[in-house]
Amino acid sequence: MINKVTSHISQNEHLIFERSQGGRVGYRLPPLDVDETPIDELIPAELRRDDDLEGVPEVSEVDVVRHFTRISTWNYSIDLGMYPLGSCTMKYNSRLNEKVARIPGFANLHPLVHETDAQGALEVIYELQQYLSEITGLAGVSLQPAAGAHGEMTGVMMIRAFIDARDGREESAKRRTMLIPDSAHGTNPASAMLAGFTVKAIRSTAEGFTDLEHLRELCAKGDVAGFMLTNPNTLGLFEKNIREICDIVHGAGGLVYMDGANMNALVGVARPGDMGVDVIHLNLHKTFSTPHGGGGPGSGPCCCTKELEPFLPVPRVVKDGNVFRFDYDRPQSIGRVKAFYGNFGMMVRALAYILTHGAEGLREATEAAVLNARYIAAGLVSDYDKPFEAPPMHEVVFTDKRQSRKGVHTLDIAKRLIDYGFHPMTIYFPLIVQGAMLIEPTESVGRQELDQFIEAMRSIAREAKENPDLVVGAPHSTRIGRLDEAAAARRPVLRWKPKEAASAA
Amino acid sequence: MANVPEDLHYSKDHEWLRVEGDVAVIGITDYAQNSLGDVVYVELPKPGEKFEAHESFGSVESVKAVSEIFTPVSGEVVEVNESLSDEPEKVNEDPYGAGWMIRMRMNNPGEVDSLLSSVEYEEFTSAETE
Repeated sequence: MINKVTSHISQNEHLIFERSQGGRVGYRLPPLDVDETPIDELIPAELRRDDDLEGVPEVSEVDVVRHFTRISTWNYSIDLGMYPLGSCTMKYNSRLNEKVARIPGFANLHPLVHETDAQGALEVIYELQQYLSEITGLAGVSLQPAAGAHGEMTGVMMIRAFIDARDGREESAKRRTMLIPDSAHGTNPASAMLAGFTVKAIRSTAEGFTDLEHLRELCAKGDVAGFMLTNPNTLGLFEKNIREICDIVHGAGGLVYMDGANMNALVGVARPGDMGVDVIHLNLHKTFSTPHGGGGPGSGPCCCTKELEPFLPVPRVVKDGNVFRFDYDRPQSIGRVKAFYGNFGMMVRALAYILTHGAEGLREATEAAVLNARYIAAGLVSDYDKPFEAPPMHEVVFTDKRQSRKGVHTLDIAKRLIDYGFHPMTIYFPLIVQGAMLIEPTESVGRQELDQFIEAMRSIAREAKENPDLVVGAPHSTRIGRLDEAAAARRPVLRWKPKEAASAA
Repeated sequence: MANVPEDLHYSKDHEWLRVEGDVAVIGITDYAQNSLGDVVYVELPKPGEKFEAHESFGSVESVKAVSEIFTPVSGEVVEVNESLSDEPEKVNEDPYGAGWMIRMRMNNPGEVDSLLSSVEYEEFTSAETE
């Protein structure tokens, strides 16, 4: 038995409250060199706490630094390993992007500075708009929306404004149905509802595609404003009938919105504008490698056809000769959707990503993303149920059908993957696939790591057959074991309380 | 194998319905709670709200997903199971008893005839799991 002086990083770390030592301080104030003002004159007594700061942790600076440094080592991130969350596109954020975003002229620029003093920043916005226009095949671009769902809402508000202008408000009011496939991200119906539409779900076929007959049937009712489609769809399949889908919707007087969440499968290869799509949002934080999730913020530019361009949010960033300026004179615009001009730091990173790759490089990234997903599909198809025949694009869906016969479910497989050192894949989405496991490796993963992932998954499939309890009880090698997610959701503990109070409650 | 009591009526959306005079007691089936996993939140309507048949009257949130729940028949809500807001786990533990969701005065008790019997529902769910 030894006495460990320092606690190992893999051990539990107490709460900062529990590190408290009476009388310990982080900083000693210098002696007062001005006249003292009685506290009653500054803060009325009834607004002051009278418990002598009971419960506030008394710690030194080094206590605080060590506490948070230890906790920070529990993070899993793309910088540590593969992050195969399907539908999320967790690709690597290159250091170069981070470096250019920190150039003081960009990082410290005040959003209220006059446009003559922000020409460089406006040029970044303008250039990025031009590139995104070329990549999507759509003429108009606004970089204002703060993230994907915000881009969706901007796009469907533009559809509504366009139909108002085209048909007149009275006729337009009869077109308030937005069609959305049952495989869609939940944000699609939420965005449509917020923009004042009623949502009708389109069935998916057994092969995993939009049911064209159902689409025709609902379009025939004459009240369809638009159709929101993700392509490739959330099952990772390219909607091969996209031209026909666009023709059906356009023929019925509606517009086609494309959710660009899965553009990582198309950039540099195929353009939504060429397929007949009217308006799309992109996720810079997925497709153009800007930070994602807790590391955000996101950015969800909206791109549209020439016909829809007058409705884009203001201000637009335009170029007059060699000068960049804001253009507010767009009478049909839906207005501003975000304070200032969007999340500018993300735009700098996305432009850096596009410029460092070039057209060829962007195409290669797309090809690698699709190849990697297909490599995983081929590597796992003999061990896991793959519900759709069609070759997957940038992500592939499997189910727990074979393993569940032994009582091993998707959640267990995901937890066991943690023991193998991988972040789990997306689970139980798309909702229309029972026990779904959605795997998206992205182009950032090399063959060696793909092989390790496939081997881990095959090993878990063997364990599920031979020793199901091992998988059901996973993870075993982590700091803490399986968490009770149901109890956490049913009876969440949202704040720390002193021990006595907690046990009394 | 999921529990399917013989004296209840069933919908293809996996709700069960028990007839008590002109009132229908409605909840979700054992098969449904089992597929959803641990239920963590149940959103129910208020007494007095009226629904058409097959209309969404609330939602069930599990650790996996949020799912809508549908009225098997038309009518007016007369009572909701308030205890589910504190103890949503009753839906998992006792879906046909303590986990009931709403009591509804039916507009037309004849609508019950269009629902599935226990035998039909059992066939329906075994086809779904194939």
